[in-house]
Amino acid sequence: MTTTNPTLSVRGLTKVYGRRATLLRRHPHQLKAVDGVDLDIAPGKTLGLVGESGAGKSTVGRLVLRLIEPDAGTINLLDTDISTMSRGDLRRMRSHATMIFQDPYTSLDPRMLIKDSVAEPLIVHTDDNRATRHKKALEMVRRVGLDTAHMERFPYEMSGGQLQRVAIARALITDPSFIVCDEPVAALDVSTQAQVINLLNDLQAERGISYLFISHDLRLVRLIADEVAVMRAGKLLETGSAERVFAAPETDYTRELLAAIPGRSPRHRRFNGETAASVELDEAEREEAVVV
Amino acid sequence: MSLADSTNLSATPPKRRRRLNNRVLRRLMRNKAAVASMVVIFLLVVVAVFGDLLAPHDPNKVTLSLRLMGPSGDHLLGTDELGRDVLSRLIVATRVDLLASAQAVGIALSVGVPLGIVAGYLGGFTDAVLSRVIDALMTLPPLILAVVVVAILGPGLRNAMFAIAILIVPSFYRIVRASTQGARNELYIESARASGCGTWRILWRHILPAVAPPLLVQASFSASVVIVAEASLSFLGLGARVPQATWGLMLNDASSNLTTSAYLIYPPTVMVAITILAFSLLGDGLRDALGRQTTDGK
Repeated sequence: MTTTNPTLSVRGLTKVYGRRATLLRRHPHQLKAVDGVDLDIAPGKTLGLVGESGAGKSTVGRLVLRLIEPDAGTINLLDTDISTMSRGDLRRMRSHATMIFQDPYTSLDPRMLIKDSVAEPLIVHTDDNRATRHKKALEMVRRVGLDTAHMERFPYEMSGGQLQRVAIARALITDPSFIVCDEPVAALDVSTQAQVINLLNDLQAERGISYLFISHDLRLVRLIADEVAVMRAGKLLETGSAERVFAAPETDYTRELLAAIPGRSPRHRRFNGETAASVELDEAEREEAVVV
Repeated sequence: MSLADSTNLSATPPKRRRRLNNRVLRRLMRNKAAVASMVVIFLLVVVAVFGDLLAPHDPNKVTLSLRLMGPSGDHLLGTDELGRDVLSRLIVATRVDLLASAQAVGIALSVGVPLGIVAGYLGGFTDAVLSRVIDALMTLPPLILAVVVVAILGPGLRNAMFAIAILIVPSFYRIVRASTQGARNELYIESARASGCGTWRILWRHILPAVAPPLLVQASFSASVVIVAEASLSFLGLGARVPQATWGLMLNDASSNLTTSAYLIYPPTVMVAITILAFSLLGDGLRDALGRQTTDGK
């Protein structure tokens, strides 16, 4: 057990979509998108949240930042209960905890120059003047591997990988302690994926940020996550250290997910206790070596 | 990002700032009708600003001995029933008409745009209430409303323009509301919220620029509608009052002498026609040029 408090601690998080019963509608048709989820993320660590489409992963990501309002549960972020926070406090909180989205082509305002997009959080959260903001934005843009020339561009003039770097720069400019990464590389091609993942890893090592890394791609999760949580139909199936979950999954569903990782021969897809699991790990390690 | 790319770009950083606008401008410039419209509108503005200096005679000077004269060397477009110089009146009227048009469009914009953005962004109850009010406004018969407004506020060009502004508010409201609804669900709006931007900043810095292009087009079209409406209302005696010169009022004067001097109907009619054509064609050009600018490269 660690002595430091977790960066994020969530208990009983629940979100229900659909319509409640009313006078005219006797039977409510409701869907529990997120059903009693508990999560803990330690400082400087990454929790990989995995599961199939529609499992409620992205909803969890938005709920923990209260971009969507939860129906039940408590959210403790950086030792503060944010589940009852006022709108104003919530806005100020967003300099410490923010989000990177799946599609970098649409997550940046198409009418804003890159430098303005990157510097915008500074306008909201600091009293920096224009020159200081510009200087910080440039530093950040350089840190994520872009240069001065990119500052004067519009999003449509850049590639997906570059745009996701911009989104990362924008998220990091207020020096947050926690970032939700919602499928941050799913829209990118494979070679770019590895670069962005490495960048996220480097930034974490450098600044001690915690990530909630949402992905359906277990290979990526393996590259970045310290802990893994598996979700299905709104519920958390299992949580554990990444090595443990990948080596000895507790549930059949996790085993299925692991088996569905592409690029493996049919022979390996059959799961037969420990031998198969160790083969899995070896292969994944080889893959990792290639990608990194 | 290649090295060649970046060196290339750092060589011309100042130009890149306005690249988006340049792209639109370049497309606009390729549209001959739009360019012609801009030239016409520019000339109209020049005439409006320097009207007093350009007018060869005092537009309000009555010379009864020179009534209803055809075009001549001294009076290029002739004189009206009171012997006033038609060209001078036409020139002075340009300022009145353009200002009136700007006033009506300005009022309509400043009412329609904020309401449209708020309704589109908030949705729900606010949207329902505002939209029903605007719907109700649209059911009002234009001419009757103008008569009522003038009856309440008194006759005069300002009040007539106020009536017209009320009438064109719904078109702005609807365009802004619809575009806002489209923009509201974009990922970059959620991203702005995740970065801590407040509602005001989101509306002002992220939504408004997104709804500006269709708004610009609508404003240009509306300007031409207002010119016609001004002419109609002044013709009916609900707008500008003597001795003020507007195109509509000049038409009114001309119509009373239609049997004796049919010629007088032409100068103001031609001015109105040219002006509305210019604003309409500019609106067309803007719509085409602004078209899909931001989706490029997607």
